[in-house]
Amino acid sequence: MSQQGARAAADHAARASYGHLVALLAASTGDLSLAEDALSDAFEQALLSWPSGGVPTNPEGWLLTVARNRQRDTWKSASRRTSLPLEEADGNGGTAMSALDELDVDAIGDKRLELLFTCAHPAIDPAIRTPLMLQAVLGFDAASIASAFAVPAPAMAQRLVRAKKRIKAARIPFAVPGRDAMPGRLPAVLEAIYGCYALAFPEAPEGRGGDMAAEALYLAVTLAALLDSEPEAWGLAALIAFSQARAPARRGPFVPLEEQDTALWDRRLMEEGASLLRRAAAGGATGRFQLEAAIQAVHCERARTHATDWAALRTLYAAVVAVAPSLGARVALAAVIGRAESPAAGLAELDALAVREDPAGAAAVEHFQPFLATRADLLARAGRRREAAEAFTAAAGATPQPAVRTYLLQRAAELGP
Amino acid sequence: MRYTLLLHYPEMDAASLGEEAMAEGQRAFSSYATALHQAKVLISAEVLQPSSNTTTLTKAGGTLRVQDGPFADTKEQLGGTFVIDVADLDAAIEWAGKAPSVEWGAVEIRPGATYTVDGAWTPNA
Repeated sequence: MSQQGARAAADHAARASYGHLVALLAASTGDLSLAEDALSDAFEQALLSWPSGGVPTNPEGWLLTVARNRQRDTWKSASRRTSLPLEEADGNGGTAMSALDELDVDAIGDKRLELLFTCAHPAIDPAIRTPLMLQAVLGFDAASIASAFAVPAPAMAQRLVRAKKRIKAARIPFAVPGRDAMPGRLPAVLEAIYGCYALAFPEAPEGRGGDMAAEALYLAVTLAALLDSEPEAWGLAALIAFSQARAPARRGPFVPLEEQDTALWDRRLMEEGASLLRRAAAGGATGRFQLEAAIQAVHCERARTHATDWAALRTLYAAVVAVAPSLGARVALAAVIGRAESPAAGLAELDALAVREDPAGAAAVEHFQPFLATRADLLARAGRRREAAEAFTAAAGATPQPAVRTYLLQRAAELGP
Repeated sequence: MRYTLLLHYPEMDAASLGEEAMAEGQRAFSSYATALHQAKVLISAEVLQPSSNTTTLTKAGGTLRVQDGPFADTKEQLGGTFVIDVADLDAAIEWAGKAPSVEWGAVEIRPGATYTVDGAWTPNA
């Protein structure tokens, strides 16, 4: 294993362990901040005592014990202040502590699922759910999360603190919803995990972006495995695996998906995606994430067949529009119709979109980058060179990613004035 | 854990609502309170008179000012409160969703901080 690979593996192991331990420490108390502080103290202790005393045979158990003692110390001083015994101050404090007396972390079980549902609880602002997961389950610090979200670090830190305070004060439970509530609760968890991935997507391969993408896949697979029988959770995992398989082709200058060199795609991740998708399909009930994963699977098939199956993509995008209508999905369907049928047919679909939207919506379409870029591409394919050149310039103006902007301006230049 | 359910909704009187709808609303609140009581989670409940009957007191520059009408003159007014004692926010959300007024207004779930028992403050937990 290369040194970089070894570092990544060590980082990942630390993150997996971190989420596992934070979940265990927080689940019994509802106090996420205290759990994180206690664990960070335990890691500090480990750095002091492991080099001289040796690494314990069960490092996770060691960390859990030290962190748990730190939690107890905090409770003791808190209970002195309020002069209330711990067991009275916290209704289930007694049983929770005895559950944690078992040192074997694996035997205690996994509370990460509970933690994921807490982070994406409906009573938590949707905008902070993904950052909360990145911090509580994966241990990313507020500064890294802030830079990924392009907000100042103190602002992100403050929002995270506020969300954790809210979990404790309003007593948002650490619990996996029952079967009845699951359909209402799962989508938010899937969205938040997908958010971890979407966030990493435009980032440079060196930086935190690559890390976060790999961790998003880990989270999705963990969620799917823990829930076991939720097809959409497996679908999300498949979607991320397929999409991540193409990450190497996203390095350097921007290349559109259908022109990417398939030799750069990661075979192992494509196989993982395919097996995750089979697992999803076995559960019946087709949802948005499975359809999106199937779309990715069709694109990845090009590595084998050397051709894009536009007809299959058209069927799948039509299904996405039916189950989860969004402007993005409609634009993607128009793009695919433009290839499956004719550029003119695709352009007609796009025009219909702009008309269907209300006046405010029409303005939104005109600033929606995928709409502008798709329109430019279809105009070029229809041979309407002058209009296409203008459209590519307009699309470039609405594009935040420098690599994509360069590509769009290049296409405008190729078409000439 | 104590939560206070604050019921906000547009005010309607018997004249605009009709006697029958008014009576129906009262029956719904009555059975809601019964359900909370039977589940042993109800601490107290109060349905308020219309805000046209409320009086607001303010003190500015050392002088008390008595005013006809509610503190905040909004379309939706505080119409009632239910104090419940349940395990966590999920349980509170479940009960709040059964409040009859959720059909025509908002139900705010506010966790309590402290409450009095025989005149002595007790922390909510």
